[in-house]
Amino acid sequence: MARITIGESTFSCQADESVLETLLKENIQIPFGCRQGVCQACLMRSLDNPPPESAQIGIKHTLQAQNYFLACVCHPEQDMTVALPNQQDAFIQAEVIKKQLLTPDIVHLVLKYQTSFNFFAGQFVNLQRLDGLTRSYSIANIPHQKNILEFHIRRLPNGQFSNWVHDELELGAQLTLSTAQGACHYLPGRAAQPLILIGTGSGLAPLYGIITDALNQGHAGPIHLFHGSRDLNGLYFIEELRDLAAKTDNFHYTTCLSGESIDSDHIQGRANDVALDSLESLGGWRVFLCGHPDMVNQTKKMVFMKGASMADIYADAFHVLQIEN
Amino acid sequence: MSDSQDNNSGQSLYDQLGGEAAVNAAVDIFYRKVLSDYRINRFFDNSDMEAQAAKQKAFLTMAFGGPNNYSGQDMRAAHARFVKMGLNASHFDAVIEHLGATLAELNVPQELIAQVAAIAETTRNDVLGK
Repeated sequence: MARITIGESTFSCQADESVLETLLKENIQIPFGCRQGVCQACLMRSLDNPPPESAQIGIKHTLQAQNYFLACVCHPEQDMTVALPNQQDAFIQAEVIKKQLLTPDIVHLVLKYQTSFNFFAGQFVNLQRLDGLTRSYSIANIPHQKNILEFHIRRLPNGQFSNWVHDELELGAQLTLSTAQGACHYLPGRAAQPLILIGTGSGLAPLYGIITDALNQGHAGPIHLFHGSRDLNGLYFIEELRDLAAKTDNFHYTTCLSGESIDSDHIQGRANDVALDSLESLGGWRVFLCGHPDMVNQTKKMVFMKGASMADIYADAFHVLQIEN
Repeated sequence: MSDSQDNNSGQSLYDQLGGEAAVNAAVDIFYRKVLSDYRINRFFDNSDMEAQAAKQKAFLTMAFGGPNNYSGQDMRAAHARFVKMGLNASHFDAVIEHLGATLAELNVPQELIAQVAAIAETTRNDVLGK
């Protein structure tokens, strides 16, 4: 009999009970649907001991690696502390140590944290201001000894948080961070698999982290990055990435501009169209998509129809709150 | 003239097809066929492709004779809004057609395909709300 801890409470999971049944019986609100390990509505995460593999069948490999499981088919063999995907509110503090414009619209924000913090490059955290205003941003770097987190923050018209970061946030200021979340990150294994990464604007942030991670872990297959924007204000790290492509045999880098401007330095067109046109088939490829939700959803379907397996498509749509003051 | 191999081997249909690995191999092909079929893709054109693929997988597992908690009531409830959108027998036939073509593409023998189609067929009335 395993014990399940959620928040402040601990319950016994009987031998014939799933984690979902145990929690529902104790009146803990857990979303659920099919109760047979299919719909994934009851997705939860173990914060300590790994869940049984049988409770992880069918969920994304990256989520499996983070100890996510389906509560309705989880018959735990050992005690677990669990949380819902949106309730992992272990907050830490971090200090602003660098703030630099990458383009007139996008700022490179670097935070330093003191406490231990686990993440994969490409995941996102919720950044919180002193008054509670909170927004999600993707992490652009891999974990290293300096205990820093890098973000690329685009100034949005009427964006309360992004404008504050651009205009008012000062070096030395403290921000509160949630745990790292999201399934859009690199996993080692299948090192010869070709990777394609398509991002628009500051959607480069997680992709940049994922590429660093893949190369760092010795990924040997080709890695193709397509970065697009409407105009030059959305393209950055160009020199750096061109240098990387020049000295890294398996890394290929293409910049795209979809707007009116003619610029011989970049390919004319949308990054997703340019990327898809350049390849015959995506059968066997691993795909990462980040940026505007419409681009991400449309491209997800395009790459799937072009042969990529559903299990190999990792996406992070940057949803923007429509109504802001 | 039944095939002695699959009737006497004692293996379930699901095992003969290759179990979960076969479902995984089939789901992408099957979902791609469904999405590219103009006759039926409006019923599947959900922006949440992952949730959609998970449902396809549950359906394939069930049709392959695999472990499932199939409930006619759930199936009815899940398809009621599509019936309102005009879901009818011709659409169901198209799905069965794609199921067969998917298995043929994976070189599954005809007699096993027929067994899968027969299981899928048992959901017809529930799916169509008859």
